[in-house]
Amino acid sequence: MIMEELFAKPDIRKPENIVYRKSDLMVDRPLSYCPGCGHGTVHRMLMEVIEEMDIAEQTIGVSPVGCSVLAYDFLNIDMLGAAHGRAPALATAIKRLWPHRFVFTYQGDGDLAAIGTAETIHACNRGENITIIFINNGIYGMTGGQMAPTTLPGMRSSTSPYGRDVELMGHPIKMTELIAHLPGVNFVTRQSVHTPVNARRTKKAIRKAFDIQKAKQGLSFIEVVSNCNSGWKMTPVQSNKWMEENMFPFYPLGDIKVDGKLVEKKENE
Amino acid sequence: MGELRLMKGNEAIAEAAIRAGCDGYFGYPITPQSEVMEYLMAEKPHERTGMVVLQAESEVASINMLYGGAGTGKKVMTSSSSPGISLMQEGISYMAGAELPAVVVNVVRGGPGLGTIQPSQADYFQAVKGGGHGDYKMIVYAPASVQEMSDHVKLAFDKAFQYRTPVMILSDGAIGQMMEKVELFDPIPRRTDEEVIAACPWASTGRPKTRNHNIITSLDLDPAGQEKVNLKLQEKYRMMEQNEVMYEEIMTGDAEYLFVAFGLSARICQKATDIARAKGIKVGLFRPITLFPFPTVQIAATGSRVKGILVVEMNAGQMIEDVRLSLGCKVKIEHFGRFGGIIPSPDEVVKALEQKIIGG
Amino acid sequence: MTEEIIIAGFGGQGVLSMGKILAYSGVMQNKEVSWMPSYGPEMRGGTANVTVIISDERISSPILNSFDTAIILNQQSMDKFEKTVKPGGLLIYDPNGITRFPERKDINIYSIEAADEAGKRGLSKIFNMIVLGGFLKLKPLVAPEFIHKGLEKSLPARHHKLIPENEKAIELGKEILKPIQVLN
Repeated sequence: MIMEELFAKPDIRKPENIVYRKSDLMVDRPLSYCPGCGHGTVHRMLMEVIEEMDIAEQTIGVSPVGCSVLAYDFLNIDMLGAAHGRAPALATAIKRLWPHRFVFTYQGDGDLAAIGTAETIHACNRGENITIIFINNGIYGMTGGQMAPTTLPGMRSSTSPYGRDVELMGHPIKMTELIAHLPGVNFVTRQSVHTPVNARRTKKAIRKAFDIQKAKQGLSFIEVVSNCNSGWKMTPVQSNKWMEENMFPFYPLGDIKVDGKLVEKKENE
Repeated sequence: MGELRLMKGNEAIAEAAIRAGCDGYFGYPITPQSEVMEYLMAEKPHERTGMVVLQAESEVASINMLYGGAGTGKKVMTSSSSPGISLMQEGISYMAGAELPAVVVNVVRGGPGLGTIQPSQADYFQAVKGGGHGDYKMIVYAPASVQEMSDHVKLAFDKAFQYRTPVMILSDGAIGQMMEKVELFDPIPRRTDEEVIAACPWASTGRPKTRNHNIITSLDLDPAGQEKVNLKLQEKYRMMEQNEVMYEEIMTGDAEYLFVAFGLSARICQKATDIARAKGIKVGLFRPITLFPFPTVQIAATGSRVKGILVVEMNAGQMIEDVRLSLGCKVKIEHFGRFGGIIPSPDEVVKALEQKIIGG
Repeated sequence: MTEEIIIAGFGGQGVLSMGKILAYSGVMQNKEVSWMPSYGPEMRGGTANVTVIISDERISSPILNSFDTAIILNQQSMDKFEKTVKPGGLLIYDPNGITRFPERKDINIYSIEAADEAGKRGLSKIFNMIVLGGFLKLKPLVAPEFIHKGLEKSLPARHHKLIPENEKAIELGKEILKPIQVLN
């Protein structure tokens, strides 16, 4: 009886009432990411851009090893899962063999800035006409919260339980700033997805990167500073606050290189 | 008759790749095989056939470029020598797991470690037993001449796509560096993108609206699923064992003794056979051409008719294990090897036959 | 017919290219050939040698320890390869720089003063062709028209204008070859 009553009500799911919907390019299955994690939002932004550009048929993605190892299960486009750190090598070959396809890699900080440093730097330096999306949460999430190449000084992880001692463990690496100095790289930006405004900026950056790829103008590199509430042992709200207070001062948001030119830093920044 | 040329083994590999319709070569320089990429760069295959040739930043990058290209259904190849091939093992394992076709050429040099740049066959185990992690095999061809360097490239591409597997050509520094007459096969046109999409419906080429997305991966976190993957691979390897064995027998009809050798060692043994027969020793040569699948049944048939077998390798005794597995304890089987880059001479081989098999 | 040859001298004397021209000429005459060089650090400034086999049949080992012919162009190679000539075989050497002359009694020995002659005539770049001429006089394995084709195939197109000069050097080699010891 109850069911019947339910169905008897007028259907409000009309096009004019829809204010938000999932991109059709997101596979209809629950994400495997922890609640509060930024990966899902970046996935959505990426798929929305591909949907809006209507290039799903021409897009090939490469997923990494790390938390987003199963990204291919959620993104309804053709994908390849790379070995740890090697996504830019795969993407290099794919783009050269399919120059009219859009090719992107989606990588975390351990993948891109530790084990895959050589592949990242050389793909960027060759100016491969691809898009690299780099999620930096300062920790190895998948393996259970170990220190990452981007872990902040003093930050605790399971392999820096007393905080990262830079004398012993070395300094965090700012890959994005490094990459920006390479001549083959056209567009470098650092964004976040922890507020709607920031998420929209990230989406805009991804769109710009795909437009650059379409125009064959070189490599785009988008870092998204993200939280890892599980790895950081915080609630999602706490982790976003911690990120604003600690990650952003070290990894400041904004464009670093636009149209192949380094962005000049403003005074007092 | 095809075009005749005098070529180095390494050059023949490169020319054969262009003619086989290879879409992409990715490599990193290492002696004694650098002529492969040098030849390709000089030939401008991007003008001849549209083939991509890229010098990567490392062998690790090269093999992962292969993984990327193969995952999109393109014909891709790399070449290297022993230390570089060691670096590629992870990527080869991934390709075996993800069932990707690719051709990997190892122009073997002496090891272990940095070893030497002189020829060797010490990478037999690595090539044949699965050099990377996990239960996998590759078809492994062992060319013994520059002609076979060329022919095996074409064959390797065919088999790589037939079985969706990485295929290895296990050569050595001497065959890579020496020149011989080669009859080149007629060029096969590169496939168009449309042909690739039609021929490789599994490949990640960009998802049309008519199908679900393709995923190239070697990961299955569910053990039951991963066991299925393994069973499928094993079934494929059994098919290779049934259908892909290649070998050659020289003067085995009346042989009382047998050399078993592959690649360059087989050439040396062929000369040793002539020398020994001139001395009245009835010896023949069995040359496995595929090292995996190994010609187990065929060696057992020929080997069980002789009094003794000398396995000659430029290593400390690797293929001899497969010869012994083929024959059990039925026949006396001994090994003669030189290693570290030393090539045995035909006279040495005859002496070893006399001492270890006939007199021993 | 199978002829197994070792050519040995210093790097830079054109040892490898002489072998290559001979081998390519063989290919042009549709013979089986192999050309197996020493390679690696040896090539850089030190000694260089190449084994060339020309045959009517499939060639077995490209690596040999005895030869029908040794062509020897420096003392180190004389020390190393004189003993590898098969009994009744042939040794051709350029006396320039040789301090110990061949001593074998069971082989045919010829000398060719190619370096000297090339120096006099300003042909030092094609010194190796003079030596090749000497060899071909004794062992005409490949007909002159195929040598011409071999030169065409071996030399880059920009050097094809030098082919007549190369052929003249081969003829000169045939003239200046001197018997030292000829077995009956």
